[in-house]
Amino acid sequence: MSAPYAKLPAWVDYGLIPLINLIVAFLVAGLVVLAVGESPLRAASLLIEGAFGYGEGIGFTLYYATNFIFTGLAVAVAFHCGLFNIGGEGQAYVAGLGVALPCLWLDQFAPWYVIFPAAILGSALVGGFWAMIPGWLQAKRGSHVVITTIMFNFIASSLMVYVLVDVLKPAGSMAPQTRTFAEGGQLPRLDWLLASVGLDIGGAPFNMSFLLALVAAFVVWLVIWRTKLGYEIRTMGHSPTAASYAGIRQSRIIIITMMMSGALAGMMALNPIMGDQHRMQLDFVGGAGFVGIAVALMGRSHPVGIVPAAILFGMLYQGGAEISFEMPQISRDMITIIQGLVILFAGALENMFRPAITAFFATLGGARSDKSLPAAE
Amino acid sequence: MEYFDTLIVILQSTVRVSVPLILAALAGLYSERAGIFDIGLEGKMLAAAFAGGAAAAVTASALIGLAAAIFVSVCLALVHGFASITQRGNQIVSGVAINFIALGATVILGQAWFRQGGRTPQLSGDSRFTTVELPYAAEIADIPVIGSIYSNLLSGHFMLTYLAFALVPFTWWVLYRTRFGLRLRAVGENPGAVDTAGISVTWLRYRAVICCGILCGIAGAYLSMAMTAGFVKGMTAGKGFIALAALIFAKWKPVNVMFACLLFGFLDAMSIRMQGNELPIIGVVPVQFMQALPYLLTVILLAGFIGKAIPPRAGGVPYVKER
Repeated sequence: MSAPYAKLPAWVDYGLIPLINLIVAFLVAGLVVLAVGESPLRAASLLIEGAFGYGEGIGFTLYYATNFIFTGLAVAVAFHCGLFNIGGEGQAYVAGLGVALPCLWLDQFAPWYVIFPAAILGSALVGGFWAMIPGWLQAKRGSHVVITTIMFNFIASSLMVYVLVDVLKPAGSMAPQTRTFAEGGQLPRLDWLLASVGLDIGGAPFNMSFLLALVAAFVVWLVIWRTKLGYEIRTMGHSPTAASYAGIRQSRIIIITMMMSGALAGMMALNPIMGDQHRMQLDFVGGAGFVGIAVALMGRSHPVGIVPAAILFGMLYQGGAEISFEMPQISRDMITIIQGLVILFAGALENMFRPAITAFFATLGGARSDKSLPAAE
Repeated sequence: MEYFDTLIVILQSTVRVSVPLILAALAGLYSERAGIFDIGLEGKMLAAAFAGGAAAAVTASALIGLAAAIFVSVCLALVHGFASITQRGNQIVSGVAINFIALGATVILGQAWFRQGGRTPQLSGDSRFTTVELPYAAEIADIPVIGSIYSNLLSGHFMLTYLAFALVPFTWWVLYRTRFGLRLRAVGENPGAVDTAGISVTWLRYRAVICCGILCGIAGAYLSMAMTAGFVKGMTAGKGFIALAALIFAKWKPVNVMFACLLFGFLDAMSIRMQGNELPIIGVVPVQFMQALPYLLTVILLAGFIGKAIPPRAGGVPYVKER
């Protein structure tokens, strides 16, 4: 029972099967659109038009994608170690403190390129710390990381409400948010990047953190596939028993992996706080931590898959907002359904079509070998 | 006497908010005891609340609403079963998926069908569950202490409330005194042994998942048709996860589940009551701390600092018959 399914060519395993799962997820989503009384085809064309049809749309798509690259990488790193970090949402939320505090302290005195590294470090540290506790509890006390990270999401949410309402809110203000940062706490937008291909991003908050996300994707690839630590992480993920026979210290790897995962989720906070709103608001994460699960599953936990998957979800977020202008029945919540369906078909049911595809390739292979045999009949 | 009355009021709202927790946690108990982890309690409850609210609004019958709630919840439970039993997929991933599908679908369908911003129409009369007065509640209300406890705390709840509390000993009986319960527990600990005995692991686990669906359905119906009159967008608000926490806190035992849910419900009722009020000795406790307390307690328990919560041994592991 070591290999329940026959081996398939790599392009089928990493290309065709995920694609089929994705198509099925979108077909089911199309049925929902149909049930609401709208045309799925028109919805799809509006979606793509809204997300890629003009400069500002592309800017917003990439802005959302930035969030999802970070959270997708966070989930993926944990997956490689056989851990399921559902806590990206909470880690990013708490990590907002690591971004907002340097901005609040320094924004009057320092330019953005001084504050940005401090905020990167701050967000990674706080996010990493928030994920380290579940990691430590799993490694040393045996409590399951899935349950603890869920609990930590709720604890994070309560904590941040307290901090924003009772501590960081400027006196005399009603809204539960920090003050708006001065120039130093604002990341430059990347309008020049899209302008170089002749696009005007208009009001889209597409900013520096996108580049940071790409760097993070590269670093994740480097660490997971090109270092000793990455090798140990993947060994743990494949077989904890083998890892411990190989002399890998399990608890150390679990804690380090969770910290990396939390740090990546934490850096997501840079994008909305320093890149867009220039202040920390209640609930600024807005579900990006959970989208990361879908992105990591779709991208097969590989940075090369995660970046396009994140852009696809960025497209859904931006295009979904556009659809709701034309089709009032279809709001942002449609994206939540699609997200759920992608998680279902690309994650939990990923092997549903595999037997059929294996059979198909077996007959294909069989037919070929039949031909090579002279006068088989 | 004034303190006593306040206590009765708090306990009464404790019962009110504990009911969906008890139902959902018992639902999770059936599933997890059979080795199927279910973090989709929240989603099933939400979908059931919507289906119940919608069906009751259209048909003006609370019972049809309840049936619709149970039906939808069981359907979602079967999706989870199909993914985690038949397809041997990751049970956590499947649960997460169901939560999102329910969260999105209830709003989209609600908006398309009723056009009230994701709400279902206000329920009234026969389309909503009504409270039940226990016999002689009015007559003995004036007797100090006992009368107050009887007529204010024990009487005047919904039928579903009494059902929820009745389900606690019932679940205990099913689990520990019936053949089905014995097999259910066995399949969560050692499915191989159950299979060797000639009993279908698949069918047993499917039945457990269906039980989970039924109870989540009742929990959802309670939310939208008893506790409030109609479905509101995202109305479960994390109750499914509190129930999950309570289930772990109770170490997967039915009677403990009831007490854990009552404790978490009590914390909830207190946090509403105490908003801004000072406690003796401790001073003002932030509401957020009270809200986070169930989760904190669960984390501490899971870490083994107060007792040890040991999950069913085969939980989360798909069963593969030997080839």
